[in-house]
Amino acid sequence: MLKGGVIMDVVNAEQAKIAEDAGAVAVMALERVPADIRVDGGVARMSDPEMIDGIQAVCTIPVMAKARIGHFVEAQILQALGVDYVDESEVLTPADETHHIDKFAFDVPFVCGATNLGEALRRISEGACMIRSKGEAGTGDVVQAVRHLRSILGDIKKIGQADEPELFEWAKQLQAPLPLVQEIAETGKLPVPMFCAGGLATPADAALAMQLGAESVFVGSGIFKSDDPAPRAKAIVEATTNFMDADLLAKVSRGLGAPMTGINMDEVNVKFEDRGW
Amino acid sequence: MLGVLALQGAFARHVEVLHGCGVDAIEVRTPEQLDSVDALVIPGGESSTMSKLIDSNGLRGALSERLAAAMPAFGTCAGMILLADEVLDGRADQASFGVIDIAVRRNGYGRQIDSFESDLLIDGIDGGEAVDDFRAVFIRAPIVERVGNGVEVLASVDGTPVVCRSGTTLVSSFHPELTNDDRLHRLFLDHVAG
Repeated sequence: MLKGGVIMDVVNAEQAKIAEDAGAVAVMALERVPADIRVDGGVARMSDPEMIDGIQAVCTIPVMAKARIGHFVEAQILQALGVDYVDESEVLTPADETHHIDKFAFDVPFVCGATNLGEALRRISEGACMIRSKGEAGTGDVVQAVRHLRSILGDIKKIGQADEPELFEWAKQLQAPLPLVQEIAETGKLPVPMFCAGGLATPADAALAMQLGAESVFVGSGIFKSDDPAPRAKAIVEATTNFMDADLLAKVSRGLGAPMTGINMDEVNVKFEDRGW
Repeated sequence: MLGVLALQGAFARHVEVLHGCGVDAIEVRTPEQLDSVDALVIPGGESSTMSKLIDSNGLRGALSERLAAAMPAFGTCAGMILLADEVLDGRADQASFGVIDIAVRRNGYGRQIDSFESDLLIDGIDGGEAVDDFRAVFIRAPIVERVGNGVEVLASVDGTPVVCRSGTTLVSSFHPELTNDDRLHRLFLDHVAG
């Protein structure tokens, strides 16, 4: 049960320990954090199983790992390794330009990214059991995370106001299955948990995502690309829990050292958010 | 007034279920909020994360005192771990409140992929009708390995206790808030009223 928590990107067992010690609800095991994938370029793939084993060995909390979009064999391998969740992730280089993984074919649950409600519902119709707004991973710039979260939650609100004929139009516009659109009209929320990811770097960023309506946050490069990861990780955990308490946010934001330098969205060459269809 | 410990995990859904039962319920994150409630639900989530946040939010002392003074408490999944007397496979720095004499093994049912659902017969929730119609969702659930004297076992799966009660403390190793069935919550509310 990952709600109201922080899921942290880690690249080795030592970082996984720091993340769990700080109070993470899960770790995401990957070979390089998104900021490094951005700098290094080249093809980004599923992590080495040995590295995932090493992280599983030191963690008592759930371990997630990323597979490339459409790369169902990487997902099969991750399931065989016993990871707790597979993230079919745009941060890795896509393996299929048309098809996402048929997630119903797996026992392991999947989390998938989305920039808008249509994308979220297409992933859910393929079997995703958790959605994260994509943001723009590895930038330390929260602007895309806010844009995607507002877009998804804003459309959910609008669908709540729509009458039945308008729901057909919504399904058409969103390129999403009508029954899911009708379900949203009835419940006023996604049928799966909705988390936020991509560019969060500070306790204030985490609390912003929570106040906007995210149910948990993913923090990737923001922790281990900062000057002093352990206290920042702990502060982000506390900010996620106490996201409405400005006094406490002020207290935990103090003296954390420099956050990741980050890249302004205008200077980004490769937009991970455009991957996924 | 009911409280739901809202540091991490499934707290929002518990509040909804309690509201559905027609009672006032608030999210509890601070000692002041804890002061204002008569009983507490501790939800599922990561027990290690919650244990840290109990400390950083300054709740450890107040919660210990209230629980020792017999405040009714309902712990589900991670909440069961936090109320248990003995925790196996926990983190060294993870502290539980020891208000129900059971030993639980954290993640005792395995990883996420080992999550399962089961239809339970729970003593006392059906006015005496013995029907296994309570759908229980187990997610990386703790397993009960020892039950002390004076602890009632209200439901079991394959011989392993999954719902236990001691005085006004109720625990379940599964997530009763995820299915649209409020009978276990109502059983807890009976204790609070009683």
